[in-house]
Amino acid sequence: MSGQATSHAWSSQQGAAALAAPSPAEKRRAFDWRILLGFLLPVAVALLWEAAVRFGLAQGRLVPPPSRIAATLWALAETGELWTHVGVTLWRIASGFVLGAAAGIVLGALSGASSTVRRLLDPTLQALRAIPSIAWVPLFILWLGIFEASKVALIAVGVFFPVYLGIAGAILSVDRKLVEVGHVFRLSRIQLARRILLPAVLPEAVIALRSGLGLGFMFVVAAEFMGASEGLGYLLVDGQQMGKPDQILAAIIAFALLGKIADSLLVGLTKPLVRWQDTVRERL
Amino acid sequence: MLQLEHLSKTYADGTRALSDINLSVREGEIVSLIGGSGCGKTTLLRLVAGLDQTSAGAIRLDGEALSGPHPSVGIVFQEPRLLPWLTVSQNIAFGLAHLSPAGRKSRVRHALEKIGLSEHAERWPRDLSGGQQQRVAIARAFVTNPKVLLLDEPFSALDAFTRASLHEHLLGLWEETRPTVVLVTHDVQEAVTLADRAVVMQPKPGRIFDELPLTLARPRDKTGLAFESSVRRVLTALDHSLNTPQQQPQRERDRQAAALWW
Ligand SMILES: Nc1ncnc2c1ncn2[C@@H]1O[C@H](COP(=O)(O)OP(=O)(O)OP(=O)(O)O)[C@@H](O)[C@H]1O
Ligand SMILES: [Mg+2]
Repeated sequence: MSGQATSHAWSSQQGAAALAAPSPAEKRRAFDWRILLGFLLPVAVALLWEAAVRFGLAQGRLVPPPSRIAATLWALAETGELWTHVGVTLWRIASGFVLGAAAGIVLGALSGASSTVRRLLDPTLQALRAIPSIAWVPLFILWLGIFEASKVALIAVGVFFPVYLGIAGAILSVDRKLVEVGHVFRLSRIQLARRILLPAVLPEAVIALRSGLGLGFMFVVAAEFMGASEGLGYLLVDGQQMGKPDQILAAIIAFALLGKIADSLLVGLTKPLVRWQDTVRERL
Repeated sequence: MLQLEHLSKTYADGTRALSDINLSVREGEIVSLIGGSGCGKTTLLRLVAGLDQTSAGAIRLDGEALSGPHPSVGIVFQEPRLLPWLTVSQNIAFGLAHLSPAGRKSRVRHALEKIGLSEHAERWPRDLSGGQQQRVAIARAFVTNPKVLLLDEPFSALDAFTRASLHEHLLGLWEETRPTVVLVTHDVQEAVTLADRAVVMQPKPGRIFDELPLTLARPRDKTGLAFESSVRRVLTALDHSLNTPQQQPQRERDRQAAALWW
């Protein structure tokens, strides 16, 4: 519209941006010491157990003290054995997650967007979902052999269902009022999907992917229990058969760390996409 | 000119929301629709905006029949309906995708200045007050330069002070391009402040009960006698619309109404 008005608005806009910028950024930089509160309980329990074993109150044979678990982890890391197992496990989760999540996103989007597809697909998928996924194991082994393919397939199945349900549900629950805004501005179907549906479902899609990833970690253990010679799951089985509780606990701790890191990575990567969300607080 | 001819709407469940509405609105005129709850005001706006299909009758804009959302028709809903993932300026630019980035930017900047929110351009909708959000929604509808702007109780959720200041913002935007405005409201003061004509509606089925011209000079002095008497006239019409037996034919009532008030 008029040129004069625009130059006016420009200066005040910049001034305001400078004023508004520091406060949220500052808040983010300040470290919240209360986070440390969460460490108090596990550290206290670990120290108590360590002391109990040191002072001979307990043997620590079946429940090894933290120092011995740390030593086991360290030894495994030094020989490089740990990294092989971690690498194999992560590779299985990653391939299963990518396959399962991709299928879940595509089918979830189709069944959320089209009621015909939903009527066609959803009953079958819901029926399949009712089957405990571990029940597929024998079939997958028969079909795909005992090596990687059957393991990846099991993980993919585990990842698929939460992603599929989350995406389809998110699309179905998009606010009709916002979709109408798209209609008013005469968006085509594709524009509507890109400019309104996609951003609207992103927060729930991230949550769906996170629960899919969590299940991926669960199913990799199941997969590695069914005969593996490598992987953190193998370390667990091996520790049980050889009577090495410290190795079992070391593998469990490795799982906990990996799971947390993978989840944080997913949250970190998707955070810029859902910055606008008006939630009480960042969900953990 | 916006013309509604024998417009009727019956919803799928059999509700007769509108029956035989005839209304023409001159170019640049501001018409306010007043009426009790459920008399079909929102339905009427949704039909004109092309968000619902008419059951019978036609809607014409400068002779062209409207069937579906039209680039020359903008609407502001009762709630702001801003897209929460877009900043204030991106929200205002939502309907300007066809323009060059520079053209978009200058229009948005101008609109922001008009509604007094230049310093909030890069904030998220969640960080704005209700009144500020509604201003952004109005700017989003105005920047596309519609010929017809439909407003569905856009200020009803706001307090009297905010409402009065938004009336000024609205008139300020209207002055620039003088679109035809259809404003739904529950508030008689608001109708008399803004409109050139008040259309009083009646429910079950929704129809027009009476039309009152509001020929006060602008800007309007809300403390003046003329303003007071206009408000009283509209209030009386509204009262009658609620009390008149509904079986009475509309023409007859119109004649009675005319006899009573002029
Ligand atoms: N989608 C729908 N399906 C069926 N009936 C509807 C629908 N929308 C509205 N109605 C009915 O149509 C009538 C008119 O509704 P409308 O929303 O247009 O009223 P209104 O004048 O805007 O009321 P208010 O002032 O309370 O907003 C009401 O009786 C309502 O119950
Ligand atoms: Mg309404």
